[in-house]
Amino acid sequence: MSAIRYLPAMGKALRDEMAADPTVFVVGEDVRASLRGVTKGLFEEFGPERVLDMPISEQMFTGFATGAALAGRRCVVEYQIPSLLYLAFEQIANQAQKLRLMTGGQAAVPVVYLVPGSGARLGLAAQHSDHPYSLFAHAGVKTVLPSTPADAYGLMVSAIRDDDPVLYLAPAAVLPVRGELPERPEAVPIGSARIHREGTDVTVVAAGHLVHEALAVADELADEVSVEVFDPRTLYPFDWELLAASLARTRRLVAFDDANRTCGLAAEVVATAAEELPLVARPRRVTRADAPIAFAVELERAVLPSREQLAAAVRAAASEGGS
Amino acid sequence: MSVVDLYRTMRTIRRFEERVVDLVNANEIAGVTHEYVGQEAVAVGVCAALHADDVITSTHRGHGHLIAKGADLGRMFAELLGRVDGLNRGRGGSMHVADLALGIYGANGIVAAGAPFAAGAAWSFSVDGSGRVAVTFFGDGGVNQGVLHEAMNLAALWTLPLVFVCENNGYAVTLPQERSTAGSVVDRAAAYGMAAEQVDGMDVEAVLDAATRAVERARAGGGPTFLECRTYRFFGHHTAERTMKLSYRTDDEIERWRERDPVATSGARLDPDVRAAIDTELESLLDAAIAFARQSPRPDPADALEFVYASGALPRRGVAR
Repeated sequence: MSAIRYLPAMGKALRDEMAADPTVFVVGEDVRASLRGVTKGLFEEFGPERVLDMPISEQMFTGFATGAALAGRRCVVEYQIPSLLYLAFEQIANQAQKLRLMTGGQAAVPVVYLVPGSGARLGLAAQHSDHPYSLFAHAGVKTVLPSTPADAYGLMVSAIRDDDPVLYLAPAAVLPVRGELPERPEAVPIGSARIHREGTDVTVVAAGHLVHEALAVADELADEVSVEVFDPRTLYPFDWELLAASLARTRRLVAFDDANRTCGLAAEVVATAAEELPLVARPRRVTRADAPIAFAVELERAVLPSREQLAAAVRAAASEGGS
Repeated sequence: MSVVDLYRTMRTIRRFEERVVDLVNANEIAGVTHEYVGQEAVAVGVCAALHADDVITSTHRGHGHLIAKGADLGRMFAELLGRVDGLNRGRGGSMHVADLALGIYGANGIVAAGAPFAAGAAWSFSVDGSGRVAVTFFGDGGVNQGVLHEAMNLAALWTLPLVFVCENNGYAVTLPQERSTAGSVVDRAAAYGMAAEQVDGMDVEAVLDAATRAVERARAGGGPTFLECRTYRFFGHHTAERTMKLSYRTDDEIERWRERDPVATSGARLDPDVRAAIDTELESLLDAAIAFARQSPRPDPADALEFVYASGALPRRGVAR
């Protein structure tokens, strides 16, 4: 075991998979120079046929990955900012994701769409701060949002080995987080959630950097409420079984979500719990407002979901439904 | 490929498409199809220049490309009829029909969306040193899609073994070229420093000659070529158009292009007995192909969520467990 930060853990997974499988390659903007840090050293180690700097043509290089996949390779496509996914959305949601079905099972498209630094990054304003995972989950694209270095490593390995397109979002706010990584780290299966902290009163569903916020709130409220922190890790397919097991114990739910409120992940979690699981308190959502991120940091913070809002929602949920 | 074979393949496409129209009109094929009638010389001339392991990306008007690349007629009809023995097991239909084993990366419902696939495959082939080539078909509507230009830029920049085939039939659905496209189509390639030719797309031998030059250049490491094939579709944009009484093309214009019918032109170069024998043989082949499609079972609705994920995962259902 050794301590490692999230970003290099992600990079190590990419490096290890490239070393293990010669069909794996990376494309993106500024990946040789490694502006975002994930591909650091890969050009020097693997050369120009495995690490490809692309012109600023996001739609093209997303479809390029599909074509290379159909020709037998595995591609990791890096996008420097989350909103570049909007430019590539047609090629991901309407092409790569549907090819398997459209071809009746002939095609496999093993491509990872990687965003190192998704979500808000204080001061990057409206066009660089979105966290569009709900859009992709809505389209059925496998979507992972790791919260720790070990998960960042393990989900990167699984995403690269997966025969389907996978969106891999690494929230900006979690990149500096430190954690343990074993000597021989393991793959984390796509679709498996993790309970970070057990509790008996309220289950908080939180992913990515919000896991750490939720753990802090759970600590802060420890004397009043016993909070279980549930990290889905994969947003689609969601681990509903583990959530059902958690809610069978707590029977109270707060969904803490860095996406816009309308049709966001929290809406799906709450809807499913309300429809299928035995709740004794009204489920709550703490989400972004349905608004773009304004530049001034006070305004940015005002739109993002906060610890204070989560603490209030947890207290409110805990106050309902007896003990 | 001999002139006889070129004719046979063009005639196959022509009669396949005419039978498709009948099947749509008889409600045996659901939705709409986009017929290739009039443009046969392009697909046949280009694909005749290819090896079996070369790849193509097709368009919404894709039947001709598939047939020219060797797709099985019975499995194509079965796909259009939505049957389990279709090339795509009834999951794709006319607009997504594909045969990856034959290097056909599929018809595509979005204009020019296959161009970057061809770039990715061509790059992969060049890294392998395999000498394989990728061809992307698109129309004159496609030349105004950004993703096509992004792919042209990359192909020229990286000297990819890729052939861009613009089938210029004069109309982006109903919008004529003079109202959709500034400047010259073929000259756009020059901006990327890419070899380009304008070709008579109604003459299969002219298309084959130009495609052969382009494919040889690609195979030899000489990079991409842009071919603008001037052609015309004799039918509407899709099968539903006949009910719409649209007036964007004149009967005179259609008639003028029909005088240059590529199948008739090519057939006239053959011995009449040889041609008659091919025509007769094709009818029985198409009869057999349609019979094969009709006897194929319809998919089981219980299987509707299959084939979404290569990993075998099933998508969520629309009702609670």
